[in-house]
Amino acid sequence: MAILDEIKEAVVDGETDEIEELVQQAIDEGIDPNVIINDGLIGGMDIVAPLFRDGEMFVPEVMEAADCMKLGTALLKPLLGDAGMETKGKIVIGTIDGDLHDIGKNLVVLMLESNGYEVIDLGIDVEAETFAQAVEEQKPQIVGLSSMLTTTMMQMDTTIKCLEDKGLRDQVKVIIGGAPITQEFADEIGADGFSKDASACVELCDSIVNAA
Amino acid sequence: MAQKRTFNTLAIDDVNQFVFGSCPNPVTTKRGIVLGGGDVIPELNFTLPTMELTPDTVDKAYTIYRNIAHDSLERASQLNIDGVQLEYETTVEFTLNPDWGINVCQILLEEMRNAEEQYGLKSALRMTVNDNREFVRPPEMRSGENWEKMQKLITESCKSGADFISIESTGGKEVSDDAIIRGDLEKLVFAVGVMGARDMEFLWDHIVDICDANGALPAGDSSCGFANTAMVLAEKGFISRMFAAVARVALVPRALVAFERGAVGPSKDCEYAGPYLKAITGSPIAMEGRTCAGAHLSQVGNISGAVADLWSNESIQYIRLLSEMAPTVHMEQLIYDCRLYNTRKELADKLFYRDLLVDSDCYNDPQAWVLRPDVVIRIASEIVKETDPLLRTKAACAATIAELRSAIAAGSLKVTRQDEKWLKRMEKSLAGIPDNAEEFWNKIKPSLDLDTFRAGDYLLD
Repeated sequence: MAILDEIKEAVVDGETDEIEELVQQAIDEGIDPNVIINDGLIGGMDIVAPLFRDGEMFVPEVMEAADCMKLGTALLKPLLGDAGMETKGKIVIGTIDGDLHDIGKNLVVLMLESNGYEVIDLGIDVEAETFAQAVEEQKPQIVGLSSMLTTTMMQMDTTIKCLEDKGLRDQVKVIIGGAPITQEFADEIGADGFSKDASACVELCDSIVNAA
Repeated sequence: MAQKRTFNTLAIDDVNQFVFGSCPNPVTTKRGIVLGGGDVIPELNFTLPTMELTPDTVDKAYTIYRNIAHDSLERASQLNIDGVQLEYETTVEFTLNPDWGINVCQILLEEMRNAEEQYGLKSALRMTVNDNREFVRPPEMRSGENWEKMQKLITESCKSGADFISIESTGGKEVSDDAIIRGDLEKLVFAVGVMGARDMEFLWDHIVDICDANGALPAGDSSCGFANTAMVLAEKGFISRMFAAVARVALVPRALVAFERGAVGPSKDCEYAGPYLKAITGSPIAMEGRTCAGAHLSQVGNISGAVADLWSNESIQYIRLLSEMAPTVHMEQLIYDCRLYNTRKELADKLFYRDLLVDSDCYNDPQAWVLRPDVVIRIASEIVKETDPLLRTKAACAATIAELRSAIAAGSLKVTRQDEKWLKRMEKSLAGIPDNAEEFWNKIKPSLDLDTFRAGDYLLD
């Protein structure tokens, strides 16, 4: 099916102008929507991920590939029926209370979404209670906390304690990251994982989800 | 009222007069240290260790700041330096609670007075106020409680005796963050050449007026939230180094606005485009480089100091090292670097050392290449041909891309193929940008998330 190869290539090249037309063509050819997603769109993202990891692609190019993936899946979603799209898992993420930094967190969201996770982004300056509420309502497998400041990182501890107080801690794995964060700090506050950057975060989430 | 200026010529147009320690318009601190008057002066930047800041813990923070000033100034005196500058960058909490920030300012000034009395050490204080206007979303850039608190902190710092006021302002960051992550030069030019520049006019008019009325000098801004973000992302391999280099120079016209509204320098250390500001305005600049590896990594560790007037570090935490607390260690390192700068006074010696700093970095990375003194003068001369910030930003980008292309063609600058591709991409983006700001706004509006900023704060309707 040449059209699937064309979709894959368009994803890798970030051809946002062409992808919808190609996906529509595949639909018109009667190809199963799940096949278009898995062998075309995700097939393209599977090429993108190692290129980024090996330094042969930059984030903007990954984002363009992810944009292609979104445009394509938007066309296919109505055709998938009740089962909908499968994801690797659900993650709630946010920058902690008192901290406005969002670039690092946004990169993590991008990388996770591009790698098949459903991500609920709570934004910046997120209070512990808000994280707890999101855990209760969204029932994610993982909560990701981000901090860039030495004076706000202790809010990660507060957030974990809030999850404990509300009896939610056992339902979710907590991972943390940001410039001042270390594995030692993660151990100290009882986080389940630490990643040093956005790429490592995907591997960390994969290991958590696969171990579940 | 502040005196407005327009820079349409270069203050330094001869590369052989473009050296560290000297500039056409030196600035003198309250205790008589001349910045840009011949010697390079150390400027120590420090921050708190990991701690939660609450009304219960703030006294501990005051003690830490006192210790930092006391110990580092004592070490400075032991190393027989004539003068040093301290920079206190307030963190969010010390601007949201301006009384806390004012207390720290006064503690530092007290320790500086003590050091003068005890050791005869002259020192100066730069207060850098955290831009808290973005603490509400969308940010309130021209009004609101956070803006009031910032003004209070600036005013009281001036009255307390701070020598200089700086800020790491964030106008336009609502758009530039996305522009940088997406490598979108068009969006970046709009963020900094239109939004950022307009915010700088508003902000620096106020800062200059407050400084004039209360006895401090308005020093200059930083592109920390913009080009430095790009630099750090490039260093992690997330975005192109070419894009980061162009972003660096694209921020020059925005930073220049502060000087056109009355800032006199020294420009902030983390404004890595400082050499451009020095060439254009003739004002002294603070720079940082290899000395800030404790806070972030870069490819410009030596070249960034080639034409510095103050040599600084970045946010070093108050933590214990084997010898001493980290800020004291950094004070020593800065002083030794300054001894190297200041040992030989002849111009030929200064040029020799400057060129060592330049040559040791410039061939390895486009971000270093754009800091070469000769490249700075050529690009800066293109920038000052325009007076409108948007046109200046476009000129800065175009001239930078041309310089990088020429350096690659000559085999002087080594870049990966992946990186080189970005020159063409940026040229294409730049070609589509209108010359008129309103026309540009209408063109770009559909691609912006209009919920993230208040258009009226940027005089956009």
